[in-house]
Amino acid sequence: MPDPIIRAEHLSRSFGAVKAVDDLTLEVPAGVVFGFLGPNGAGKTTTIRLLLGLIEPTQGQAWVMGFDIGKRAGEIRTHSGALLEFSGLYERMSAEDNLDLYGRIYKMPAGERRTRARELLEHLDLWERRKDRVGTWSRGMKQKLAVARALFHRPPLVFLDEPTAGFDPVAAAALRKDLAGLVAHEGVTVFLNTHNLTEAEQLCAQVGVIRAGKLLTVGSPDSLRMRDKSPRVKITGRGFGERMVALLRQRPEVAQVDLLPDHLEIELRDEKSRNGPLVSLIVQNGGEVEEISRGGASLEEVFLTLMREKNP
Amino acid sequence: MNDFWTMVWKETKDSVFSSRRSEFIIPLMVIAIMGIIIPWQFGRLWISLSPAMITIVCYIPFFLTTSYIGDAVAGERERHTLETLLASRISDRAILWGKITVTIAYAWGLTLIGLLLGLVAANLLSGQGHWEFYHPIDIFLEMLVLSLLASLLSASAGVLISLRAATVRQAQQTMAVGTLILLIAIVLILKSVPSGVLKTLNESQFLLFFIGGLTLPNLILVGVLSATFQRSRLI
Repeated sequence: MPDPIIRAEHLSRSFGAVKAVDDLTLEVPAGVVFGFLGPNGAGKTTTIRLLLGLIEPTQGQAWVMGFDIGKRAGEIRTHSGALLEFSGLYERMSAEDNLDLYGRIYKMPAGERRTRARELLEHLDLWERRKDRVGTWSRGMKQKLAVARALFHRPPLVFLDEPTAGFDPVAAAALRKDLAGLVAHEGVTVFLNTHNLTEAEQLCAQVGVIRAGKLLTVGSPDSLRMRDKSPRVKITGRGFGERMVALLRQRPEVAQVDLLPDHLEIELRDEKSRNGPLVSLIVQNGGEVEEISRGGASLEEVFLTLMREKNP
Repeated sequence: MNDFWTMVWKETKDSVFSSRRSEFIIPLMVIAIMGIIIPWQFGRLWISLSPAMITIVCYIPFFLTTSYIGDAVAGERERHTLETLLASRISDRAILWGKITVTIAYAWGLTLIGLLLGLVAANLLSGQGHWEFYHPIDIFLEMLVLSLLASLLSASAGVLISLRAATVRQAQQTMAVGTLILLIAIVLILKSVPSGVLKTLNESQFLLFFIGGLTLPNLILVGVLSATFQRSRLI
């Protein structure tokens, strides 16, 4: 098995009495998009800052691409790209100059800088506006440019901190599509901070869930969905009410029933339980069933369950 | 060295030639004041380096540096560009000296342009028919050194203040108070020197006395900056 590109051992960082990152032990394999999921203030941004060597840990150690974050942070920054909490673009400069600056910082020859800028800007449909001052651009365009900047010097590892935060659903979906295309094209490892579960499901091969600085779980989105093994039945139709919910709850195979505007969500106690008796009960009590689907918990449900658990 | 020139290129593009028309108003005003209005008022005294003229030439780069250094450091943090820059491979030292160099070059460069234009204006307006350069030349050179040191002092103190300021506005307000304290300190120091000593100094020696007096705080501030301008303190 290849060495992980990121390895953290008992990494902690406190700000006064607040433990922003608490005993984080984590391995991120190379070549994947790793989603670091957590609510606001969970410690995601602090983790990226620690891994980039921008701040020092109060305890623990970590290695990024084999470089110790405490001793060789400069080499980590040399071989990685970053889009942090803010786009970090120079709004008084043109898009071309913003990319050129980072090409110069990473010591790319002038010819290569021009070629690379054209390649990325064309890929992201920004080429025509390359001479404009970035301050005149829309937020979505700026964020795309910031992604291009992070990838500009072809780093093997890129840190992205909530790249679609604050975007409307259409803009977020468009940026995700561009991001997925670029990541596949460039073949980089991505450490993606997000609290957007759609983003995590669409982009990430692995996710880690963090809350209050503590890592709660790590795995593929599929394995996390299977973490809650209870099968769920979604019954769409009409005529459902509180009486029907009460009747369903009396069934021995039913663990939980939620009445939602157009469907019932039923959590079963085990995999062997059948749908038939439940459907019969609903129909006998005046309900109309239009569609039945059965599966495990969604990533969102697993995430919310993890967030509700009192002691991680 | 490559990193340093990258920062110089970036600062020049971002601050000095950022293509905003408003950015050209202040430099044009400075050049107009130093290069036309004041020489016109002073006449030949401008070329013969009167004490008032020396004070103006030393104060203008100090003032311009104070105005710009806050934007270069606190402004970068306020605009959320600093952290991304720090997340790159560029060295702390290149960031620091790139910013200081461009700010001083801008402020001192404008002063030199003003002096050059002022020389032409004063000669033309005096109507004496022959051209003169600034004189005495030793005073002129000392004045240039003094104005450069004033600019460096302002830049170094400005960076230190900006590191602790949340916004450009806060940094500039603190620097304005700092300037006031500096002026009071200069007056108090001059008052504390026995008048007999000052009377024995000619104009050139008096400027050398000031050069010495500014070199020491400059060295201290540069030392403090080199030690404190670190990534972990800038985030």
